[in-house]
Amino acid sequence: MLAISDLRVEVDGKQILNGLDLEVCPGEIHAIMGPNGSGKSTLANVIAGRDGYDVKGGSIFYMGNNLLDLLPEERARQGIFLAFQYPVEIPGVANIYLLKEAINAIRSSKEEKELDAIDFLSLVRDKLKLLDMKEEFLYRSVNQGFSGGEKKRNEIFQMAMLEPTLAILDETDSGLDIDALKVVSDGVNALRAADRSIILVTHYQRLLNYIVPDYVHVLANGQVIRSGDHSLAAELEESGYSWIGGGGEGKSLGASVG
Amino acid sequence: MDTFETQIDGFVGREYKEGFVTDIDSETLPPGLNADVIAILSKKKNEPGFMLDWRMDAYERWMKMETPRWAHVNYPPINYQAISYYSAPRSQADGPKSLDEVDPKLLETYDKLGIPLEEQKMLSGVAVDAVFDSVSVATTFKKELAEAGVIFCSFSEALQKYPELVRTYLGTVVPLGDNFYAALNSAVFSDGSFVYVPKGVRCPMELSTYFRINATNTGQFERTLIVADEDSYVSYLEGCTAPMRDENQLHAAVVELVALKNSEIKYSTVQNWYPGDSEGRGGIYNFVTKRGACRGDNAKISWTQVETGSAITWKYPSVLLEGNKTVGEFYSVALTNHHQQADTGTKMVHIGKDTSSTIISKGISAGQGQNAYRGLVKVLKGADNARNYSQCDSLLMSDRCGAHTFPYLEVKNQTATIEHEATTSKIGEDQLFYCRQRGLSEEDAVSLIVNGFCKAVFKELPMEFAVEAQKLLSISLEGSVG
Ligand SMILES: Nc1ncnc2c1ncn2[C@@H]1O[C@H](COP(=O)(O)OP(=O)(O)OP(=O)(O)O)[C@@H](O)[C@H]1O
Ligand SMILES: [Mg+2]
Repeated sequence: MLAISDLRVEVDGKQILNGLDLEVCPGEIHAIMGPNGSGKSTLANVIAGRDGYDVKGGSIFYMGNNLLDLLPEERARQGIFLAFQYPVEIPGVANIYLLKEAINAIRSSKEEKELDAIDFLSLVRDKLKLLDMKEEFLYRSVNQGFSGGEKKRNEIFQMAMLEPTLAILDETDSGLDIDALKVVSDGVNALRAADRSIILVTHYQRLLNYIVPDYVHVLANGQVIRSGDHSLAAELEESGYSWIGGGGEGKSLGASVG
Repeated sequence: MDTFETQIDGFVGREYKEGFVTDIDSETLPPGLNADVIAILSKKKNEPGFMLDWRMDAYERWMKMETPRWAHVNYPPINYQAISYYSAPRSQADGPKSLDEVDPKLLETYDKLGIPLEEQKMLSGVAVDAVFDSVSVATTFKKELAEAGVIFCSFSEALQKYPELVRTYLGTVVPLGDNFYAALNSAVFSDGSFVYVPKGVRCPMELSTYFRINATNTGQFERTLIVADEDSYVSYLEGCTAPMRDENQLHAAVVELVALKNSEIKYSTVQNWYPGDSEGRGGIYNFVTKRGACRGDNAKISWTQVETGSAITWKYPSVLLEGNKTVGEFYSVALTNHHQQADTGTKMVHIGKDTSSTIISKGISAGQGQNAYRGLVKVLKGADNARNYSQCDSLLMSDRCGAHTFPYLEVKNQTATIEHEATTSKIGEDQLFYCRQRGLSEEDAVSLIVNGFCKAVFKELPMEFAVEAQKLLSISLEGSVG
C-alpha cells in the first residue's frame, strides 16, 4: 500500500529526513515512536503533501503510484487522511459544513453522486455515536474553542466520516484524558479493516495497549533506526531514548535488548 | 458607443448656444455642466419648482468645493465637463440584439452565478419580450404594496405624485452641500428610488430595485430616499446581485434614510460593479454618500454591505442617532482584488440618550488590492450612556495587498462605553492545507475560509442575498492564491 524508500527531506534548507524507509501493507497498523524533533510530523506532512517540504531524494509509492506527483487534495481523495498533531481552527465555518464539502469533493472525484442531506445526516449521527460526541459540535466552527482533547476527538470523527485507506494519526493520544483515550481508541479499532492501514505516531505505550500495532518503528534523526513488534514499545517505555546518541546515524541497540 | 460619439460630434459641430436649444428634445445632452444644463435637466423631467432651486443651490456650492483627497485611494482627476448629465433611457434598439452580441466573459460569470437565461438577457441589456417573468412579478408586488399603503416608485415619479413628501425629507439627512460628491449628485441626479412606509405598517416584502420595472439606466447620479414613518418596518435590497453592465466610469449616488419613532430600516447592498481588469484598467469609481437618521426614539437603522466590485470604492454608510434609545448598525464585507481600491467604513453619531451602535467590518485584500476601513464614532455632549462596539478584521490573501484601519473616536460625554477590536491576519497556510488534506481544492478551500471570515456579516443579509454574496466572493477571488 505504502512504500517509502530512502526518503530525504529538507525544510527551510535544513535536512530533517535522512534516508527513511517504511513499508506498510493493507490492513496493518504501524506505530512510529521517537524523540521530539526526530521528524515524525515531518514524515506525516510529506505523505500528505504539505507545501514547504523539499523532497531531495527517495520515493513514496502509494497503491503503486508515485505519491509525490500529487497535490494534497488529490492524495486526500485517494484515501490518505492525516489526523493533525495540532488541528487547525477555521472561524465561521461549521464543522458539519467542512465535512460535507470534504465528502462531496471526495465523492465527485470518484464520479459518485453527492450524498443527499438525509443520508449525510444519518451517517453523521452514526459516527458521532461512535466517538461519543455531542451533536452541538457539528454546528460549531471547525475546532474553534474546542479543548485540546475535543480537537483530537474531532479529527478521528472526521476520519470515521471520510473512511480513508491510509490514515496517519499524529499524536492523537496527546491531550486526551483516560476515558477519552479509551473512546477514541475504540473508535479507531472500529475502523480497522483489511483494506485500511493506519500509521500511529505516538509517544506513549498506553495508546498501543488499546490499539495494538503490528509493527513499532523508532524514528531518530530522520531515519527509522529500529523496527520491531508491539514489545518494542514496552521496552522504550522502560529505557527511553538515551541509547540513541546524538549523532546523525542511529546506533543499534546492543545485544542486551533482543 | 458609435452612435453616442456621432451625437456628440453632431453637437460639437454646431453653434454652441443654438445647438443647445434646438436639441432639447434629443436623447442626450452634450457633455458639460453649467446652470443651463441643470435647468434643462429639471425641465425635461417636469420637476416642481422647488427641485430646480434646490439643484441650483447645490450646484453653486459644488462649484466652490474641492475633490476630497483624504481617502486612501488613488485615481487621476476626473473631468466633470466631459460627462453628459442627461441621457434619456436608452432605447432598446441601441442594445445588443441577442446574447450572441454580449461579451462571453460576462455570460460566463452569469452562468456561474446560476442566473436564468431570461434574466441574463435583461442584465446584458438585450431586448426582452414583454412576457418576461419579473414584469408580472413586479405587478403583483405593486398591488400588494399598494394595499399596505407602501409607496415604492422611482424618484422622478415621486416628484410628480408626492412632491410634498419628497420636499419634507429630501436633503434632511445628507444636506445638499454635505460633500463634493453629494453636492454634485444633488445638482444633477437623474433618478433613483423613493420609499415611504406609513405609520404602523410592516412592509410585507423585501423591497428591491430589481423589481422596479424602470430600474435599469437610472444613471450614474442616483438618488434614493427611504422614509419609515412611526412604528413601521422596511427591508430594502439595493442593486442587483448580478454583475451590472455599466459604461459609466463615475458613480456618485446619494442614499438618505429617515427612521421615525419606533421604526426600523434595514438596508442591504451587494455591489458588484465592474472592478477593472486584472491590470487595473477600467472599472467603476463608486463615490457614494449613504446616511440614515434615527429621528425618533427607539428607531433603528442597519446597513449591511458586501462590496466586491468597482475599481475604487469610497463609501461610508452612516447613522445619526438623534432620538433616545436609537440603534445604528453597520455590517460590511469589502473585497479588493487585482488593483481595486476600497476606502470604506461608517460614521455613528450618538446624539440622543441611551443610543447604541455596532460596527462589524471585514476587509479582504487579494492581489494588489488596497482596503481601508475608516470609521468614526462620535458621542455628543448630551448623549448619555452611549454604547459602541466596533470590530474590524482584515484578511490578507497575498504579499502585495494592503489593509489599513483608521478608527476615529470623538467622545464628549464621559458616560460612553466604547469597545474597539481589530485584527489583521494572513490567510493561513495551515488552514488551506487542513482543508485540502480533507479533499477540497485550493480554490474551494479559499472560498470556504473567506466565507467563514465573513460569516458575522453574511448572517445579517436576507437569505437569497447571502447565498449570492458567497458565490460572488468565490468568483471575485478566483485565482487569487498561489
Ligand atoms: N520550518 C522549519 N524550519 C526549520 N526547522 C524545522 C521547520 N519545521 C520543522 N523543523 C524541525 O524539524 C525537526 C522535526 O520536526 P517534527 O515536527 O517532524 O518533529 P516530531 O518528531 O514530530 O516531534 P514531536 O514529537 O515534538 O512532535 C525539528 O527539529 C523541527 O524543529
Ligand atoms: Mg510531531
